[in-house]
Amino acid sequence: MSSLDASTALGHGHAPPREGVNYLNADNSVAGWLGTLDHKRICILYLVGVGIMFLIGGLFAVLFRTELLTPGKTIMDANTYNKFFTLHGAIMVFIVIIPGIPAALGNFVLPLMLGTKDVAFPRLNLASWYMWLFGTLLMLSSLVFGGVDTGWTFYTPYSTKVQGGAMAGVVPTLFGAFMLGFSSIFTGLNFIVTIHKLRHPNMSWFTMPLFLWSIYATAVIQVLATPVIGITVVLAAIERLLGIGIFDPALGGDPVLFQHFFWFYSHPAVYIMILPAMGVMSELIAVHSHKHIFGYRFIGFSSVAIALLGFLVWGHHMFTSGQSTLLSVIFSGITFSIAIPSAVKMFNWIATLYGGSISLNAPMCYALSFMWIFGIGGLTGLFLSTLATDIHLHDTYFVVAHFHYVMAGTIFVLFGATHHWWPKITGRMYNENVARVACALLFIGFNTVFLPQFVMGSLGMPRRYYNYKEEYQIYHVISSIGSYIMSAGVLTLIYCLSTSLMRGAKAPRNPWGAATLEWQTASPPVVENFETTPTAGDPYDFDALRYDEKTGDYVYVGNPTGPKH
Amino acid sequence: MNELLATGSLSLLADRPYMPPEASTYSGTVDFWFDFILYCSLFFFVLMNGLTAYFAIRYRRKAGAKPHGPTHSNTLELTWTIIPAILVFVMFFGGFHGFMNMYTPPENGYDIAVTGQQWNWTFTYPNGHTDSELHIPINTPIRLTLESVDVLHSLYIPAFRAKMDAVPGRYTRMWFEATREGTYNVFCAEYCGTSHSDMTTKCVVHPSMEGYKEWLAAADPFSKKNMTDEQFEEYKADPAKFIAAHPEIKNLLPLDKMGEILWKKKGCNACHSVDGTANIGPTWKGVYGKTEQFENAPAQTVDDNYIRESIVDPLAKIVKGFPGSMPAYQGRITDREITALIWYIRSLGDQKAK
Repeated sequence: MSSLDASTALGHGHAPPREGVNYLNADNSVAGWLGTLDHKRICILYLVGVGIMFLIGGLFAVLFRTELLTPGKTIMDANTYNKFFTLHGAIMVFIVIIPGIPAALGNFVLPLMLGTKDVAFPRLNLASWYMWLFGTLLMLSSLVFGGVDTGWTFYTPYSTKVQGGAMAGVVPTLFGAFMLGFSSIFTGLNFIVTIHKLRHPNMSWFTMPLFLWSIYATAVIQVLATPVIGITVVLAAIERLLGIGIFDPALGGDPVLFQHFFWFYSHPAVYIMILPAMGVMSELIAVHSHKHIFGYRFIGFSSVAIALLGFLVWGHHMFTSGQSTLLSVIFSGITFSIAIPSAVKMFNWIATLYGGSISLNAPMCYALSFMWIFGIGGLTGLFLSTLATDIHLHDTYFVVAHFHYVMAGTIFVLFGATHHWWPKITGRMYNENVARVACALLFIGFNTVFLPQFVMGSLGMPRRYYNYKEEYQIYHVISSIGSYIMSAGVLTLIYCLSTSLMRGAKAPRNPWGAATLEWQTASPPVVENFETTPTAGDPYDFDALRYDEKTGDYVYVGNPTGPKH
Repeated sequence: MNELLATGSLSLLADRPYMPPEASTYSGTVDFWFDFILYCSLFFFVLMNGLTAYFAIRYRRKAGAKPHGPTHSNTLELTWTIIPAILVFVMFFGGFHGFMNMYTPPENGYDIAVTGQQWNWTFTYPNGHTDSELHIPINTPIRLTLESVDVLHSLYIPAFRAKMDAVPGRYTRMWFEATREGTYNVFCAEYCGTSHSDMTTKCVVHPSMEGYKEWLAAADPFSKKNMTDEQFEEYKADPAKFIAAHPEIKNLLPLDKMGEILWKKKGCNACHSVDGTANIGPTWKGVYGKTEQFENAPAQTVDDNYIRESIVDPLAKIVKGFPGSMPAYQGRITDREITALIWYIRSLGDQKAK
């Protein structure tokens, strides 16, 4: 047992917390929110921002899915359709999923899990949020300038050459991506330093919750890969504005070079999006089955393996680009190697469920949905890393379905994580039944949208098509209906969380019986995070908790037989 | 059954509801690996989600039940590391093997040039005829050389399982051999702007080479069918003169013939012979497909992209034994002219085709 105070680790003391005052009600002035250095409030800023942008990005998707109900024009013209799928992609990738788990929830959870008072650089943390905000506004401003229809991949020479019409917004969008990139880099840097320097004195690397391992691996990718996309979008903007030949062959440039630069970031970015979700999965599965995580070290090291291998596979996006066949073969081989650590994680989570005491509450429902969704997303990746089959499937709806199954895995976990930490963040419980209905609607809707897309993709339907052959219509119609079911799920989710805010029951400190440190403080936490020093032990030792029926709370009593590690 | 024997493809029997009809020599290979991965994936998907669902029900929370079970097992970890590793290696190797066949054009084949532009495809046939549709004979290896005049495009024929990007400023090559007559969809698979989804056309597979040649002769403006007998004789006697007299059909000259005219017109003939004699520059006779040694770069086979580079940026690779004295043609020659020169050089002897 440690007698060290978490704030001692920071090198300064603090005043004792005041009764009834928590981080939410401490200072409700505008400056108190928009100028806050408190990582918990910055989480709220991100959650609200990311939530609004998720709804906007989703709205674009529902609109263009409606357009695709019939071949030819249904509700919008080709240019509008092209702008909508471009913005849907750019918003969901750069603005929603990349910051979704690490910057939004990670901001709240990471310092609390470490038992510390804040992140290492609170001002940088706030600056990251403002960069996110300005990047988002820049990207949305492209709509005012006439929009962008390059697709979120900005492939050259289309993005640097074609003028007028739907293309006037390219430059603000590129600078928006640049800003968002630096927001991501600063968050990653902040988290790396925080994990190294501000861990609870009793917390070693191997008694750190697995969420933190995955956030650490993510942060390494953010810091090393994101500068490349920053430079690339600036080069594209320079070519477009000044006519200096970098990517346009008419000016002496090389269009395929852009693809190499772009995917050198954007493939690792896939792991920026999925690794934090895998980290949350380890927490959700263990906590809601009250079972020690299975294969801690294998899960932790597999995060690092995925992060490192993720840098070496970018060429698998370019098998048909005309790159050398030798290069394609090497990229295919390395791509397969990533399947292994991903499979290891899945099997370890299943083994964790074995013999557990599984509560089928909303966070667990979302976690089980992830097993299904990421299972399909991961396995269909095998078709795309196999060279012979990829040539046929490349740039078809099969790819669209594949990466939505991977990315939406992250969205499902983001929702699961929001429910899991909701009592801690807001101090209120939500209605389990409504939350489970929302999860079920989202799950059914999602599969209705994307399962038919695998079939139409393998039948040859290319992606980004406004018009299509009639033989594909049946799949498009089913897919569009799914998007309406998903919309109902999102509305139910909003209803569930907003009623919780208005009249949810007061949350105890530890409603789930979790053993990580954030559950040892009040719900919501005090401004200083902890009233007294938290006790750090094995983060998955659920024998150290006793259920108190009167308060509905799990109380930390320590493990009489000692920690399992 | 006759059709089956004629195409020599047993995979006709196995058209799948989730795949386009198999219509090329390698589509059967692609579908075989697709099915192999599909069955492996289904097995693991059912295994993982079956266990997850079973555990979620069997071990759902009950009062008084105490969680139990191990927290680690190296045997299990090794099992679920090694078995998937073996399976993905098999997939990798199968995919690699199939891909090498799909992306290595055969040494002899029928050449057609393809140009992509917003938003249509242009196919140029060996006799100079250009068409917006792709017509090919059955059971003949077809080699396509792709270029783009504006942005990226990608030629995709689902029934052949064939796809290759068309990149501005360089050539890409693809090949396939149709095994089944019919008309198939041709798509642009790389997003190229407003009417990307209308950049589609048809691929018509003719049941025989003779049938194909009949079509080409009828479609070809130089054939007798499209000219008076008098004009046709005039054309045969001196194509260059005939073309000069009819500027409106200049672009319809066969590519290699157009290249020959350019060889003189652009002054290439001052330094490059076509009869094998070394001049100030290397001869063009038999140079295509040859492995060339350079003063300032590693050895390389003479192919479309090398010739293109030698024209626009000649000093990038200087052939051993020759002075680097050729002027750069960047900006002074069109893409179509470069393509014509390449076809001319190829007509002077292709080392690979021997």
